[in-house]
Amino acid sequence: MRRVKRPRGNFHQTLAPSLFLLPNIAIFVLFIIIPAFQGLYMAFTDWSILGKPKFVGLKNYQRLLNDRVFGITVKNTLVYCFFTVVFITVLALLLALMLYKNKLKGEKAFRSAFYIPSLMSMITVGIAWRFILGDEMGIINYMLRSLGGEGVRFLTDLNLAMFSVIFVSIWAQAGYYMVIMISGLQAIPEELYEASKIDGATGLQAFFDITLPLLKPTILVVMVLATIVSFKAYELINVMTGGGPGFVTKMIVQQIYQVAFTEDRMGYAAAMSTFLMAIIGVFTLVQFKISGRSEDYE
Amino acid sequence: MNNMRLSTVKTFKYILLSLLALFFLFPVLWVLLSSFKYQHELFKVPMKIFPSDWTIENYVFSFRQNNFFINFKNSFIVAVVSTVITVLINTMAGYALSKFIFPGRDLIFTVMLATLMIPLQVIMVPVFLQLKRFHMLNNLWGIIIPPAATPTGVFLARQYMLSLPNSMIEASRIDGANEGRIFFEIIMPLSKPIIATITIFSFMWRWNDYLWPLIVITDNKLQTLQQVLAGFVGQLQINWSSLLAMTGISMLPVIVVFFMFQKYFMTGISAGSVKG
Repeated sequence: MRRVKRPRGNFHQTLAPSLFLLPNIAIFVLFIIIPAFQGLYMAFTDWSILGKPKFVGLKNYQRLLNDRVFGITVKNTLVYCFFTVVFITVLALLLALMLYKNKLKGEKAFRSAFYIPSLMSMITVGIAWRFILGDEMGIINYMLRSLGGEGVRFLTDLNLAMFSVIFVSIWAQAGYYMVIMISGLQAIPEELYEASKIDGATGLQAFFDITLPLLKPTILVVMVLATIVSFKAYELINVMTGGGPGFVTKMIVQQIYQVAFTEDRMGYAAAMSTFLMAIIGVFTLVQFKISGRSEDYE
Repeated sequence: MNNMRLSTVKTFKYILLSLLALFFLFPVLWVLLSSFKYQHELFKVPMKIFPSDWTIENYVFSFRQNNFFINFKNSFIVAVVSTVITVLINTMAGYALSKFIFPGRDLIFTVMLATLMIPLQVIMVPVFLQLKRFHMLNNLWGIIIPPAATPTGVFLARQYMLSLPNSMIEASRIDGANEGRIFFEIIMPLSKPIIATITIFSFMWRWNDYLWPLIVITDNKLQTLQQVLAGFVGQLQINWSSLLAMTGISMLPVIVVFFMFQKYFMTGISAGSVKG
């Protein structure tokens, strides 16, 4: 990496860059870092919007352990996250494998088509699919009925709602991660494939011996990003099912929002948030550990 | 023989890709096409893909409704102003982190990237209190300023600027140009591609954002498009004709921007591989 070697004077060395960094750092500190620490503290208090915070020690965390609804939302979030991340990674990889070579005619058009859902807000994604999957008037149910089948309650059936939510989440994001996979695949030197061809390796062998190992860092980035996004899931599910039926598709974030802003139990909500932050941290760490790489951003 | 097999494979690949494209595009097209149907045709059996009678009635009606035009304007103002701020402060930070050597530089960069792991969702409660303290609740500045500093933008700017030559900066310093001038007259013009990328992404993030407005804005007149859409869905009887038109209005700007600046989208994602 090349940098300016010997900047003159103190101004160039520290003051100028500090000023350039100031606005960004100020916002990060005020709206991310301070709130993050404040959240850790709030979790030890009883706190309502208008009242004064009251220190209660570990009471919020104790309550968390016995909170049945919170337990359900944790389980839901883990299930949702697992299937969404696995299927997004596989689908994004398959799409990328078909489209990364710049050889096929129309490759670009296909890439754009797969990417379009990623341009939509999660609210509009939810609206579009609710329109399509709706019980009475959805086009899918209309087609099923006109084929002589029965209607399917995609969004209100206890067993199907989670499946529908995961399905739509994959639809909405696969194209985005496909682009990352494509750039990872394009970075693998062509000579490696040529060499393995000369050695008589089949396409499938080349995939397992060359593509997969060299693509591992990219796959890891995709999985980490998709994991964080899944743990944050809220808008899409809120629009599609509202967390229902019952609590079947209710996620941690929705529960945090409800406890904080509807029930006005800010301290308790902060304890839930801390728990969520810890899960995200652990999962990210584990994923990096598994792959043995931690410097993907450098 | 081999050739025939190849072309069969190719045909199969095209069929598969076309089916997938249909899967990814159909929902978007279905919403857009349905938004041009008259209300009575929307759920009429047998359903037709294309409207038998095209109409822009739903769009006209949407804009006449309540505060919809104001909400549309709010979304637009927030997206544009926030993007201008984002581009400015993120490139400034990127410049500081790529072209200066000072104590704590790498630490600052690492901490900035690490904030990606603290999404708004896990700090929304204390953030809400923080905004209340600064009197930024029910205030468009409350959804313009806080999300303007993005780790992704800083990262993209820094990586790009690392590749800019130092010689020009050094030469201007010898000529006595001050740091501000160097930034605005040399660095910014050289960084046009990455500025375009950050602009597009920032506009899309802010335009599509829901959670920040949800926390900050409760006043109907200050709400953004996404809030109005979400509010519509929450009603017992959904007026689908209206809602589909509003959804179309919300989707179109980003899709148009995408087709105009596709190149920057793809490079932006592959360079950053991050979402902020």
